[in-house]
Amino acid sequence: MSPISRRKLITTGLATTAGLAGLGVAAKLAEHYGLVPPDHGGVYGPGETLTYAAQRILTTHSMAREFPRGMISKTPFANEVAPPSDEFKRHQASGFADWRLAVDGMVARPASFSVSDLKSLPLRSHITEVACEEGWSYIAEWIGTPLIDVLHAVGALPQARYVAYFSIEKPWWESIDMADALHPQTILAWGMNDGDLPVSFGGPLRMRVPRQLGYKSVKYITRLTVTDSLKSFGKGLGSASPEAGYSWYAGI
Amino acid sequence: MVRVTHWITVISFLALLVTGLEIVISHPRFYWGETGNAGTSPLFTLPIPASRATVPTAYGFVMPDQNGWSRYLHFQAAWAAVLTGLVYVLYGLWTRHFRNDLVPARADRSWRAYWAVIARYLRRAPADETEARSYNVVQRTAYLTVIFVLFPLIIWTGLAMSPAFAGVFPTAVTLLGGRQSARTIHFFVTWALVFFVVVHVAMVVQAGFKSRMRGMIVGEADAAEIPLEILPEISKEGV
Repeated sequence: MSPISRRKLITTGLATTAGLAGLGVAAKLAEHYGLVPPDHGGVYGPGETLTYAAQRILTTHSMAREFPRGMISKTPFANEVAPPSDEFKRHQASGFADWRLAVDGMVARPASFSVSDLKSLPLRSHITEVACEEGWSYIAEWIGTPLIDVLHAVGALPQARYVAYFSIEKPWWESIDMADALHPQTILAWGMNDGDLPVSFGGPLRMRVPRQLGYKSVKYITRLTVTDSLKSFGKGLGSASPEAGYSWYAGI
Repeated sequence: MVRVTHWITVISFLALLVTGLEIVISHPRFYWGETGNAGTSPLFTLPIPASRATVPTAYGFVMPDQNGWSRYLHFQAAWAAVLTGLVYVLYGLWTRHFRNDLVPARADRSWRAYWAVIARYLRRAPADETEARSYNVVQRTAYLTVIFVLFPLIIWTGLAMSPAFAGVFPTAVTLLGGRQSARTIHFFVTWALVFFVVVHVAMVVQAGFKSRMRGMIVGEADAAEIPLEILPEISKEGV
């Protein structure tokens, strides 16, 4: 092996400096354009940030694939959930008549919606695929209220950057950025395949974020919070998923 | 550059393989078409226990869930591999590495040339002297297949499983036959790459593990292996 020449040393030094400076500028730009995910720390932060930033640049206005009615799965798979809490069982016994969705945080008019309140807002349905991070999938028709219409109804403030949503089953909660929160296919689903949303599939109310994997579509939603920072929620990693070791962004 | 990218790829590939198999354990069933789940009939099932209780297996126990870090590391290693591959391909085009060292010579583009090399491998006859400095036609074909067929295919099938990516490029999924087909192809391409690695390492061992490793790490072919008449040329290049 030849000894390292002075020229090589200088070019390597310059390239490293330029590279580090470039990284610094890239980090500033990424932060400015909202391309840094809340779980960007730690050993897997670089990969996670690259994935989120690349997909955000590519997908901000894209639509999740929709399928013809004939492709709806005859055997959709209801993933297991922990045994329901007593609180959930009480709601179930009364036919979910008192189920409420509280909306608070950075909104002009905090409000609480019943499922029939939600049904009085504009409706959207789509036939999309639920893909689990484990690898399996199914297609179903999802019927619900676009999240964007709920956000308009409560007057979400322009500083809002994320919407966090919470299940009645603790500690199950998630959050999405505004690109997904304002996306026309992101709905608060209360119907499935022309009927009510079955409990095993998240009834009476679940989030459906079809551009991300299944675990972002949290079941049994009772609360939404609009916020400009996720630092004060849970451990500050964005949702319950990173706290359990899973990535916050699940577009892949 | 070829050597640096090679070793980054080795590390990334190992990380991708281990985490990929780990993710498979959470659902060791494979399907064809768009959808597939524990309620539909699989194309085939791996005879291994699963890390999810929802998957029917022949085993009475459930493996621990390791998908969280496996998925994080899988994508991080994928980024490392893809970016490294991009640098390697651009560098290879720029320096004509592919044209000069990997595309088989015109005279070698025949079945007879392939059979000659394979027959020599089977006889375990020593390679002729030119092979200390260049690749034979079978090696060239294998490398080109890995670089320009298997790697692009595994990236494509991997991305086709991303619901966000599939929304932007739906054709990338339909061309493969659907999301579950993409996953199944991804699995088989993995084994094709593993097969390449196994043969590749076996060949390196057969050719002299120490000298080949030295060649790939510090960049010197073993002087004793190189015919005398080409040595001056090599020292001129500075290897």
